[in-house]
Amino acid sequence: MKKIYYLWLRQVKKYIRSPIRMVAFVVQPTVFLVMFGYGLGSSFAAGGINYIDYLAPGLIGMSIIFTATFSGLEVIWDRQFGFLKETLVAPMSRTDVMFGRTIGAATASTVQGAITFIVAYLFGFRPVSWGAVLPAFFIVFLIALVFAAFGTILGSLIEDMQAFQLVVNFLVLPLLFISGAFFPLENMPSWLELIARVDPLTYGVDALRVLFADIGHHDLTVPGDTIFLVVLAFICIWLGGYFFEKVQA
Amino acid sequence: MIDVENLTKKFGDLTAVNGVTFNIGQGEIFAFLGPNGAGKTTTVKMLTTLLRPTSGKIRLNGIDPVAEPERARRTFGIVFQDSSVDDDLTAWENMDLHGVLYDVPDDERRVRGEELLKVVDLWDRKDSQVKEFSGGMKRRLEIARGLLHDPKILFLDEPTSGLDPQTRNLLWDRIRQLNKSEGMTVFLTTHYIEEADLMAQRVAIMDHGRIIAIGSPAELKKQAHEERLEDAFLALTGKSIREEEAAQSAQMRGMGRMFGRR
Ligand SMILES: Nc1ncnc2c1ncn2[C@@H]1O[C@H](COP(=O)(O)OP(=O)(O)OP(=O)(O)O)[C@@H](O)[C@H]1O
Ligand SMILES: [Mg+2]
Repeated sequence: MKKIYYLWLRQVKKYIRSPIRMVAFVVQPTVFLVMFGYGLGSSFAAGGINYIDYLAPGLIGMSIIFTATFSGLEVIWDRQFGFLKETLVAPMSRTDVMFGRTIGAATASTVQGAITFIVAYLFGFRPVSWGAVLPAFFIVFLIALVFAAFGTILGSLIEDMQAFQLVVNFLVLPLLFISGAFFPLENMPSWLELIARVDPLTYGVDALRVLFADIGHHDLTVPGDTIFLVVLAFICIWLGGYFFEKVQA
Repeated sequence: MIDVENLTKKFGDLTAVNGVTFNIGQGEIFAFLGPNGAGKTTTVKMLTTLLRPTSGKIRLNGIDPVAEPERARRTFGIVFQDSSVDDDLTAWENMDLHGVLYDVPDDERRVRGEELLKVVDLWDRKDSQVKEFSGGMKRRLEIARGLLHDPKILFLDEPTSGLDPQTRNLLWDRIRQLNKSEGMTVFLTTHYIEEADLMAQRVAIMDHGRIIAIGSPAELKKQAHEERLEDAFLALTGKSIREEEAAQSAQMRGMGRMFGRR
């Protein structure tokens, strides 16, 4: 447990010491908000709902999965700089090594989600009830955990940075667009909706939107979404341990 | 303590380690000596669960690192040939993290960490991020970190490359001392014949993935009918070591004299 805590602490220190990453935490959601807010807002305004209230949960989801999945780059980075070896020969299970990294990345991604929330607030987003904010942040953390584990798995399998970026963009963008983050699932063709059903972000965004804006997909519920994300987080971390055990250096 | 039988590692077409067999007894200091690309690091990586052997058998203190990697990792410590410190952390944070990962108790971690950083002359810089260090300072940190805990087996992959003579001698004194007091088994690789001669009770000469001779330095000299291990090395490998290494080992010899070790 202490070992996992120290690995987590290392990750957090690395974030805090990197000014570029700190700036990116704020710039990223601002850019997204400006892009989507002004671009899509005007065409949506006719619908009657305040578009920013619809959009903000999706944007929070989006900023989390980007930060979380790309954290897999840190594995590749550590491999190149050699530090990965230090953890790979340490007398602890590789599942714990993987878990320490994942928790660290998930923490950063949760902070990213919080900053996006604040930026959206500055842009006029108002959650329907402040009481729902805390449970919403539990969902934020679950999304962060699932995608941080996913990114770490990819980072342990792919040794090349460019290849990693290519693969992640290729996987994350579709997951993002079919998740309902930007437009409702209801209008999708049924085959696409089927894919949306296995996209973890669909459940994350649905839960966030119910909690923040009281708009939900008709047959998804917050408890259902939560269970799905928790189970998936366990699976991803277990799978990550399995792949980490196979990592060679 | 270390039993290796017919160990082989292939990278595609290239056979980096080719049917290597050797045994290292408890408390022994054993050296792998060989030119660049001989397969020394590859062997060390297979012994330390970083690479999966293509074939062959390994036992570390009776444990098979392929079947039980986690148990095997509890028996050894290692200093890698290339850097494995975290550049964003400070020297102290690197030491501290290592101590935690290797189950060194809190107070011992503090006391020994301070002692070792003083030994390698980095105590004044303990709160500097490692990225501000010179290559040699990083190397010294790496060595200090590797000595923070007392494993049953210590692997040192070219520990002295890039070290200044003072630190080199400190390292060897420390290793001898640990070897004596704790009965620690030491497996080291080196290009320096002098170093193998000086430190190791037994030496294996490796070339092109094979062990071509194994024995105490005296035995190797006798086997090759040569007075000096360097000449024995040349006679046994049947070729000269690369010029750079020859130059380095000449330099080592000079240093050995300077420090009255020859
Ligand atoms: N990951 C790898 N993929 C492909 N080939 C490799 C890999 N690692 C090592 N090799 C090859 O295996 C051979 C042995 O390399 P190794 O690093 O074990 O040599 P070494 O004896 O440690 O050399 P040095 O003295 O330069 O450190 C070399 O020919 C090297 O190119
Ligand atoms: Mg080597």
